Amino acid sequence: MSDELRELYQEVILEHGKNPRNFHASDDATNEARGNNPLCGDQLVIYLTLDGDGRVADVSFLGKGCAICIASASMMTELLKGRSREEAQTLFEAFHDMCTGEENGHELPDDVDKLRVLSGVREFPTRVKCATLPWHTMVAALQGEDVISTE
Amino acid sequence: MTTPTTAQAGTPAYDIDAIRADFPILGRTMHDKPLTFLDSAASAQKPRQVIDAISTAYETEYANVHRGLYQISEAVTARFEGTRETIRQYINAAHTHEIIFTRNATESINLVAYSFGRKFLGEGDEVVITELEHHSNIVPWQMLRDEKGIVLKVAPVSDDGELIMPAFEALLGPKTKLVAVAHMSNVMGTILPVEDIIRRAHAVGAKVLLDGCQSVTHIPVDVQALGCDFYVFSGHKLYGPSGIGVLYGREELLDAMPPFMGGGDMISSVTFEKSTWAKLPHKFEAGTPAIVQAIGLGAAIDYVNSIGLDAIGAHEADLLNYATQKLSSVEGLRIIGTAPHKASVVSFTLDFAHPHDIATIIDRAGVAVRAGHHCAQPLMERMDVPATVRASIGLYNNRSDIDALVAALAEVQELFG
Ligand SMILES: Cc1ncc(COP(=O)(O)O)c(C=O)c1O
Repeated sequence: MSDELRELYQEVILEHGKNPRNFHASDDATNEARGNNPLCGDQLVIYLTLDGDGRVADVSFLGKGCAICIASASMMTELLKGRSREEAQTLFEAFHDMCTGEENGHELPDDVDKLRVLSGVREFPTRVKCATLPWHTMVAALQGEDVISTE
Repeated sequence: MTTPTTAQAGTPAYDIDAIRADFPILGRTMHDKPLTFLDSAASAQKPRQVIDAISTAYETEYANVHRGLYQISEAVTARFEGTRETIRQYINAAHTHEIIFTRNATESINLVAYSFGRKFLGEGDEVVITELEHHSNIVPWQMLRDEKGIVLKVAPVSDDGELIMPAFEALLGPKTKLVAVAHMSNVMGTILPVEDIIRRAHAVGAKVLLDGCQSVTHIPVDVQALGCDFYVFSGHKLYGPSGIGVLYGREELLDAMPPFMGGGDMISSVTFEKSTWAKLPHKFEAGTPAIVQAIGLGAAIDYVNSIGLDAIGAHEADLLNYATQKLSSVEGLRIIGTAPHKASVVSFTLDFAHPHDIATIIDRAGVAVRAGHHCAQPLMERMDVPATVRASIGLYNNRSDIDALVAALAEVQELFG
C-alpha cells in the first residue's frame, strides 16, 4: 500500500471514523445547518448551541459519509466548544488552507495541532471536500444558512 | 432481441488480447500500476480505429457539412450522413431520417420533453418513469411538470432491482401519455422487460421512450421489433467520442413535433415574417453539428459490428458471472442489484468502508471504478444505501481486471476491516 494512503488513513482518522464523538442531534441547538456533497452522497447536519456572548456552548452532528468526512466532523466538534464566532471562522480558514495547500497566511494555532492528521487529503484532490464539508456546514450554521452544498 | 448467452467458462468469445491491443489507453499505468479500467458504464475507452477516423477526418477531409459546393465539403457531408445510416442499421430503424443527432442522451430526452412534451402533453396528463432512472430521465419530466402541470408517476423496483410489473401496470391508465424508462439500469445492470412494458403502454395509448444509454453497448436493439416510439443513447458509452448523441423517433411523431431550437440548418426558408422548417432529420439539428464526433461514432459502431454484439454479450456475460462469484466471496460485500436478467454492471457496498474511501484506496492500485450515487439518487434511497461502488464491464475487460479489483479490495480490508 502506498505511503500517501497510509498518511491519509491514519489510525486517529480511522478511529474517529468508526467512533465519532458528539454524534447526536440536539434539541437545544440555536443554529443548525445541513451539508451535502452531491458528488459522493455525503450528508450531515451540524447542531450548534451559541451562548449569550456568541460562544459555542455545545456542538454535535449527525450524518452519513466517508471516513474522512466523519472523522473531520468528529474532530471539529471536539475543538469548537468555548470558541467565539470569530475564532471558529478563523479556524475554518486555517483548516481549509491546510487541506487545499493554499497559502493565505492562515496558520493552524498550536492548540488545534491534532487537526494536522487530516493534511494528507492534500495529495487527494477529490477528497478535499470530504474533509472540509463539516467545516463549511458549521460556518453556514454560524451564518444562519440552512443548507449548503459543495460540488 | 437476443439475450447474451453465457460463454463456456474460460472459452473466450473472441481474442481478448487482440481486442485490448486496439485500445491505446489500456497500455498506460495509473499510480505506476497497470490500468484496470472498470468504469465503462460512465464512459467507454476508444479503440485506435475511432481515434484514427477522427484524426483522418481533421487531417484530410474537414469542412462544414451541408453547405460547401466543393469536393471536401461534399465528402465530409457524405461521411457525416453515412454515420446516420450506420446508426439506422445498428438499431434497425425504418428510415435514416428518423436518426437525429444530439450532443448526448440527456439532450435527446430533453428534446422529447421540450418538443413532444410541450406540444402533446397538458395539465393532468401522466408520464410514467421508474425508480431506477438516471437523473437525465427524471429531471426533464419534472421541469415539464412544473411548466405544464403534467403528473409524474414512478413505478417501483424490488429489492433485487427489478421493475415490479404489477405495480407498473397499475400506474397505467387513460391519462398515461408517455412511459419513459431505462432499457438497462446504469447502477444495477438490470435489463428491463421492455417488450412487455411497450405492449402494455401502447395498450393504453401511451408512447414509449427507451433510455438506451447502457443497453446500446451490450444488447442488440431493434427499435422496429420492439416498437418503441423514441430511443436515445450517447456516443461516448459506445466507444465513440463525447459530444455526440442520438435520438431515434418514429417518423410520424417526429413529423408532428415542432423544432427544439431555431437557427441555421433547420430551416427551409427564412423571411422576417415567417420561416419554414427543414425536413427530418434537419428540423431538429439547428446549427453546425458535431461533425467529426458523428464520424467517430460511425467508426465506433463499425468497430462494435466487426466483433459482433452477440460475441460481446457472451464475453461480458462470462465476465459478469466471474465478477459476481469473486466479489461474493469478499467478506462484508453486498451486491446491489441481483436481478436474474442483468448485464455488465456490478454495484456493491462493503459493510466496513464507505464507497468513497474504497474508490480512493483502489485507485492507488490502478483500479478505476465509480463510487457515488451514479446520478440515480432516488434509486440509492430506494435501495437504502448512501452510495455504491460500481464496477462496469466493457468489451475489452478480462478476468485479470476482476482479479485486480478483488485484490485491491483486500487492501481496503487491511485498512478498515
Ligand atoms: C441510463 C443512463 N441514462 C442517461 C445517461 C446520461 O448520459 P449523458 O450524460 O451522456 O447524456 C446515462 C449516463 O450516465 C445513463 O447511464
